Amino acid sequence: MPKITFIEHDGAKHTVEAEIGSTVMETALRNQIGGIVAECGGACTCATCLVHVDEAWSAKVGPPSAEEEDMLDFAFEVKPTSRLSCQVKVTEELDGLVVHTPAYQGR
Amino acid sequence: MSETIKTDVLIIGAGPVGLFAVFELGLLDIKAHLVDILDKVGGQCAELYPEKPIYDIPAVPMISGQGLVDALKQQIKPFNPTFHLGEMVVTLEKIGDPLFRVTTDRGKLFEAKAVAIAAGGGSFQPKRPPINGIEPYEGKSVHYAVRKMDVFRNKRLLIVGGGDSALDWTLNLQPIAKRLTLVHRRDEFRSAPDSVNKMRALVASGAMDLKIGQVTLLEGSDGQLAAASIKGSDGAITRVECDAMLPFFGLTMKLGTVADWGLKLENNLIPVDTGTFETAIPGLFAIGDINTYPGKLKLILSGFHEGALMAQKAYHYVYPEKRLVFQYTTSSTSLQKKLGVA
Repeated sequence: MPKITFIEHDGAKHTVEAEIGSTVMETALRNQIGGIVAECGGACTCATCLVHVDEAWSAKVGPPSAEEEDMLDFAFEVKPTSRLSCQVKVTEELDGLVVHTPAYQGR
Repeated sequence: MSETIKTDVLIIGAGPVGLFAVFELGLLDIKAHLVDILDKVGGQCAELYPEKPIYDIPAVPMISGQGLVDALKQQIKPFNPTFHLGEMVVTLEKIGDPLFRVTTDRGKLFEAKAVAIAAGGGSFQPKRPPINGIEPYEGKSVHYAVRKMDVFRNKRLLIVGGGDSALDWTLNLQPIAKRLTLVHRRDEFRSAPDSVNKMRALVASGAMDLKIGQVTLLEGSDGQLAAASIKGSDGAITRVECDAMLPFFGLTMKLGTVADWGLKLENNLIPVDTGTFETAIPGLFAIGDINTYPGKLKLILSGFHEGALMAQKAYHYVYPEKRLVFQYTTSSTSLQKKLGVA
């Protein structure tokens, strides 16, 4: 199973196993990672599952879709590598992925 | 304060569970009014995922969020409920045995024999931007909604966001503002193309400003904003002088005033009796995502069941002298008459 490392805003680091086909958001919730709210449950309609993809992984994860880019307008402190984690599917290629969770998701 | 609106049951929240509760109450000749903070019915189904499919409504293999809301609206039509939309319940107090007095932020006053809280994840409220020290300005010079446009006449305004609300208010307030600056994190807008074109024309003619970036710092004193700093994608900081800021970053669910109604909450949820879905306060019910009990599942279908049992108990408060006879809609002429089919 691929592994994902979540680094919280205060530096707390969690490396967890992720199921292929699930999303980074689902992986975070399943492992009680702080900083992910996911109010809409993965419908790409609330922008409360924002993560900043580690620079080293940004190219592999790829850019957001147009729909997701629109939703990023409702997130805060958006960076060039920011993604909504409900829209990032776990694949074999993402084994070792590192993402940073923000201090605040809007609530 | 306007005159008192008297009703059998007041339902707080017009999401799917609040809507179906109207049906179950209606079959028992119980009239309902509903209050919801959104300007439309449907709660999360309508606000968060109107187009997303739902697969676990019994006997409906697939339906969209809005489709479910529309179907529920049709189902409860015979009972003609009264909706009070765009209003938030502020206070709820027990004044009789049972009788409740409920007030809203629009100054409405209700008296109900029973109240059903069907508030889901709480009330939808504007997202607050994480700008250090924003709190003292909120409500004074930082506003999340426009109630009276005139407040902004001859002011230097900063509108933040790129969606319909940000664009609509930009176009509406630009003519009366002293100067208006729209701030958005990118030079693309998810808003209606027509609004975007109008805004761009105003910028081109010099009638307003558009800054690409994110607000990082506020300056001012005693709640009165003087200026905001905007950080561009290149990291450069621009300082814009302003008298008021209007951030539009969408909505998020907050527990809100439910916490002030004298109920003992468990993890921000309302404990209920599973035979009646009544809270610790007789006559006050909680149904749907807002309640908790052993085995609770936050499913729409569970909320429907909870509404049905709530209605049975509420009947005794509305008609204390009457005996309730259980009937099926399939065979009862009296129920079918209420539904307008017999």
